[in-house]
Amino acid sequence: MRVAIAEDSVLLRKGLTLLLEEAGHEVVATAGEAESFLRAVADARPDACVVDVRMPPTFTDEGLRAALLVRDQWPDVGVLVLSQWVEERYATELIAGRPHGVGYLLKDRVADVAEFLDALGRVAEGGSALDPEVVAQLLARSRHPLGDLTPREREVLALMAEGRSNAAIAASLVVGAGAVEKHINNIFTKLGLAPAERDHRRVLAVLRYLGTS
Amino acid sequence: MSLLRGLVSARTWLAFTHHVAGLFLAIVSFTIVVTGLAVGVALLPLALVGLPVLGLTARFADGFAAAERARFGLLLGAEYPAWPADPARGYRFLLIPRRGTLIGRATRGREAYAVLRLPVSVVTATVTIFVWSVGVVGLTLPLYGGLFPGGGPSFGSHLLTGPKPLVVSGVAGLLFLLAAPPLTRAFASADAALARWLLSPPRDVALEARVTELKVSRERVVDAAEAERRRIERDLHDGAQQRLVALAMELGRAKAKFADDVDAAAALVDQAHTEAKAALVELRDLVRGVHPPVLTDRGLDAALSGLAARCPVPVDLQVEVPVRPRPAVEAVAYFTVAEALTNVAKHSRASHVRVVVDGGPGPASTLNIVISDDGIGGANAAGAGLTGLADRIAGIDGALSVESPPGGPTIISAVLPCV
Repeated sequence: MRVAIAEDSVLLRKGLTLLLEEAGHEVVATAGEAESFLRAVADARPDACVVDVRMPPTFTDEGLRAALLVRDQWPDVGVLVLSQWVEERYATELIAGRPHGVGYLLKDRVADVAEFLDALGRVAEGGSALDPEVVAQLLARSRHPLGDLTPREREVLALMAEGRSNAAIAASLVVGAGAVEKHINNIFTKLGLAPAERDHRRVLAVLRYLGTS
Repeated sequence: MSLLRGLVSARTWLAFTHHVAGLFLAIVSFTIVVTGLAVGVALLPLALVGLPVLGLTARFADGFAAAERARFGLLLGAEYPAWPADPARGYRFLLIPRRGTLIGRATRGREAYAVLRLPVSVVTATVTIFVWSVGVVGLTLPLYGGLFPGGGPSFGSHLLTGPKPLVVSGVAGLLFLLAAPPLTRAFASADAALARWLLSPPRDVALEARVTELKVSRERVVDAAEAERRRIERDLHDGAQQRLVALAMELGRAKAKFADDVDAAAALVDQAHTEAKAALVELRDLVRGVHPPVLTDRGLDAALSGLAARCPVPVDLQVEVPVRPRPAVEAVAYFTVAEALTNVAKHSRASHVRVVVDGGPGPASTLNIVISDDGIGGANAAGAGLTGLADRIAGIDGALSVESPPGGPTIISAVLPCV
């Protein structure tokens, strides 16, 4: 996988580069601020990019705005936004009705290398990756009551909203693929959603239900 | 049209009630204060026996001033500032007035008001009643003028008969009736001006009180900021700093073990990894407690939305603030809601919280925050959290109110000026 990195902290930029290269990926460009990052994406056309939210010059949400530009101009480039904190509002802006090829994770998640690489892979393939903390906020602020769901079904719903596949959900909950499918069918029936086959269509249905679009 | 509307408007009739009630109150206040002052002064040469009488009189004038304040507010909607608390005022042994009470400006104004009330009310009440009565009688006279014995009403020795005097009477009545409402209200305004002049402190005293208030609130804000800095220092020291020390230690031990016991070293690295992630979580929570970045980036709505989402009790959040207030006001508003929600989660046993934020810069010029829950109440407004919050709010000249009777519900509201 060819990856571009936008991160203003030199230490983290180097760390991320090493981490990705050790995992067998190619880091095609690194940048410390949004403008040079966007030029690099235009030139190198990576499969995915990792973008820090806070970058110079204002240190507010440059990374988020750059990520939105990449998402709109090069839809086939996956964008994984990293942030020191996560907020439901940023997630909503980033997804904006089309959770394809985007991700939004706490920076801490980089520490769990395998999970981080899995999320980046999903985003590069056009899937999505939402931080569990964002998903928890989305569930808490849901437009619709979720009281009908069993605790297990809520867990499955949260994992679906994070953008995980059936297999990943099954592995995470230590249950079989059949059980996960059953839970998912129950959730879609209880919430009155039309069943969706492909993973990222499913994420869209779930997020739309929760009220992010 | 507006003249006719004046006849039935609530303002007119509240003012009318005010004048009539004022006359009766005036008789009482005049009698008591004039008698009290006369007797008190007369008895002063007798070993100061008059002092308690003057004290009682001052007490009455105090109470009367407070009652009048309430009456003006209730009937006329006229508000005026009260005298600030003054240590030179008060009583010894219940009835012996202190110097400030005996001859102070506040007492002089109140006693003068209690006396002046009577002549003023005599004029306003009688003129008001007279104008209204003439209006009503004059206007309705044509309806029943013919029923009087002798064919018409008589004024002294004049007997009014025939249509002409009745028409004149009707027109005059109408004019009086149209003049009555504006006159009633003008008297009310004059009355309010009198009360403001005699019962509220002059500008210099009011300003002095304001300076004292600002000085106290400034001290409290500085103290609150200092306490906050100490809290941050403590949190950093007890939390993230300790974790980083532990982390460095574990990595050091792992480094030493790698040569002979790789498994033990791997376990230590694993532990250090966990420690590092926990330190990150603690630092993030700490940063959010100091100033949430999303508040600067996206404003109150987004920041409160995140706050509501993290609250374990379901929050019904409604934010209608079309124009963003200045950062200091936004921050105080955010921490007001944060503190209230923390209390709800910790103490209230509520099943539901409602947060409403509206207003902001513009016509309203205040930002209004109300947080209400269905919990058990009994919140302590003197507790550390709410006092700190009150100090912060006072620092931007806002006001905090906490209503939390035992058994609930708790309603916390804050009004923050945005100018």
